[in-house]
Amino acid sequence: MELILIFLQKAIAQGICILFGASGEIITEKSGNLNLGIPGIMYMGGIGGLMGAFFYEQSTAEPVGLVGLLISMLATLLISALGGLIFSFLTVSLRANQNVVGLALTTFGIGFGNFFGGSISKLAGGVGQISVAVTADAYRAKIPGLSQIPVVGDLLFSYGFLTYLSVAIAILLTFLLKRTRKGLNLRAVGESPATADAAGISVAAYKYVSTVAGAAVAGLGGLYFVMEYLGGTWTNNGFGDRGWLAIALVILSIWNPARAIWGSFLFGGLYILYIYLPGLTRATQELCGMLPYVVTIVVLIFTSRRNNLESQPPASLGEAYFREDR
Amino acid sequence: MAEETTQTAGGPFFRVVKRSGISTPRAWLIRLAAVCCGLIVCALIIVAITKQNPLSVYAGIIDGAVGTNRRLWVTIRESLVLLIIAVGLTPAFKMRFWNIGAEGQVLMGGMAAAALMIYLGNTMPNWLLLMLILLASMAAGMIWGLMPAVFKACYGTNETLFTLMLNYVAIQIVNFCIVFWENPSGSNTVGIINSSTSKGWLPELFGLTYGWNVVIVMAVTLLMYIYMKHSKQGYEISVVGESQNTAKYVGINIKKVIIRTMMISGAICGLAGAIIVSGGSHTISTSTGGGRGFTAIIVAWMSKFNPLVMLLVSAFLVFMQKGAIQIASQYGLNENASDIITGILLFFLIGSEFFINYKLELRGTKRGTK
Repeated sequence: MELILIFLQKAIAQGICILFGASGEIITEKSGNLNLGIPGIMYMGGIGGLMGAFFYEQSTAEPVGLVGLLISMLATLLISALGGLIFSFLTVSLRANQNVVGLALTTFGIGFGNFFGGSISKLAGGVGQISVAVTADAYRAKIPGLSQIPVVGDLLFSYGFLTYLSVAIAILLTFLLKRTRKGLNLRAVGESPATADAAGISVAAYKYVSTVAGAAVAGLGGLYFVMEYLGGTWTNNGFGDRGWLAIALVILSIWNPARAIWGSFLFGGLYILYIYLPGLTRATQELCGMLPYVVTIVVLIFTSRRNNLESQPPASLGEAYFREDR
Repeated sequence: MAEETTQTAGGPFFRVVKRSGISTPRAWLIRLAAVCCGLIVCALIIVAITKQNPLSVYAGIIDGAVGTNRRLWVTIRESLVLLIIAVGLTPAFKMRFWNIGAEGQVLMGGMAAAALMIYLGNTMPNWLLLMLILLASMAAGMIWGLMPAVFKACYGTNETLFTLMLNYVAIQIVNFCIVFWENPSGSNTVGIINSSTSKGWLPELFGLTYGWNVVIVMAVTLLMYIYMKHSKQGYEISVVGESQNTAKYVGINIKKVIIRTMMISGAICGLAGAIIVSGGSHTISTSTGGGRGFTAIIVAWMSKFNPLVMLLVSAFLVFMQKGAIQIASQYGLNENASDIITGILLFFLIGSEFFINYKLELRGTKRGTK
């Protein structure tokens, strides 16, 4: 029982950064932009927040957690939005191929994160690892009172606020996509930009806004990882392939952020399952590690086989739109 | 398109017009300008971080990439690897099949090569072993390319996402094998395979350590060029890529073309894995691909599948990477600086394609006149 509880807690903790990434990528993809730069953007968001908190904590003798929290969050949003802006500028304004730009952005973003993560404290004249304990504690603060309840408190209320924010964002985005005029327009842009254009919707504006906003949301996943998961420090490549898992989760959730919530917990569980399954050898642990990807492939095959209109990727996904190209 | 209108005041400041064609020198001038802009931006960033004279920084890059004979050959070897992966991706991309899975196909090929080196290292003459290694790695890469192709052909499964996921399955398979192959045990790395016997290593050719790498990669590149330009199958690939409806109309079996092309694409990427393992690192790890499967996608696409351009772009990117690693160690930075520099250069190169395909006309200029 104890073990299952810990497993569930850890699975949720693993799932949150994937959920942020997937939510961001879903609204991006709904506009027809397949942003493969998300893994890089999540690195950029993570290091951006860490650097914001780092410079703040360096500059004052008595850092306040809440101020560090706000500064780092703002830094994350700005830097990851910048990543989205680079992507939109190259693919929407300059009509470059989305896959190519996305992969370049991932190369850039991972390098950006590892470079500054590895050398920021050195560049700032310090020694050793970067560490922002005060800000990280603010991120890790649990809900007082509720988290004391046995079992339920551990399972539901033992996380920092970013966890609840990620779920709230996912639900909000689903509402936005399904229930509002703007969401309808956005889906129209992703399904058939020419039709949307003819109906007077600004295709470029929708693509820009959704991609930049999506990148900012995804960046929060990186922030969650460095602050709540790692406790305010950086390990090179520590974020690993979670960014790609986020893209996988987009498929698993069939482009629906609300469905990505339980999907992210499932992925989080699969991601760490090998630690908790009894009787695994080192070799079978590694095989267990491929589960999230295999599950995604199976889902991908089934959705394409069922050929159900509701569960397809946006029709113009990955294609640039130029009004005169028809 | 042909209407001769003057944009009235109050309209957008400029408009975008598709070029009907551009002379080759002009296109290259634009690309060159983009590279220069990229290098200037990189220099600014490097200077901001290291506070050194940018010229000495670039001297450091040149020194790091080609400064010594050994460095020069490593740069050549890495460029060749990038080139052969890009060549492997070419037919798939020409068919508009987004094979993002080169990384996994390279890993599977490399793994097959490593497996044969380990298990058959002492049972047969080296030439036979090498033949087997090349064949096995091609087969392994082929299988990895075949899976998404079959599902794409039969059910229309999205190949970008499918191939992407297979990369990580391949990484886990390599991790799985490392458990059995690790040497010394407990190190979680395979170490140099057959370091005493050199079995399964590509031998020297004409006194050059990487002579065979050059020969194999050049041969594959040349064959691929001929295949794409002068064979019926190559023509079918470009028809399917341009328009599936046309292909259907002229009686091309699209499924067959997709599957066949991806088998070729995967096989060449697998071969690249063997060249990395047998002809370079002599070991296998999850970083055997080293992101080159992704970089090669950019190389192939930017070169418009022209083999000569591909060689140039690969060499340039590897040159900058190796150089950046050198300056990073010179100034005590970490070596990921090279990824930032590569990324920035790629952004500029990718962006420059726009100015080759389109031109901006300022408000008030007449359309249709030159």
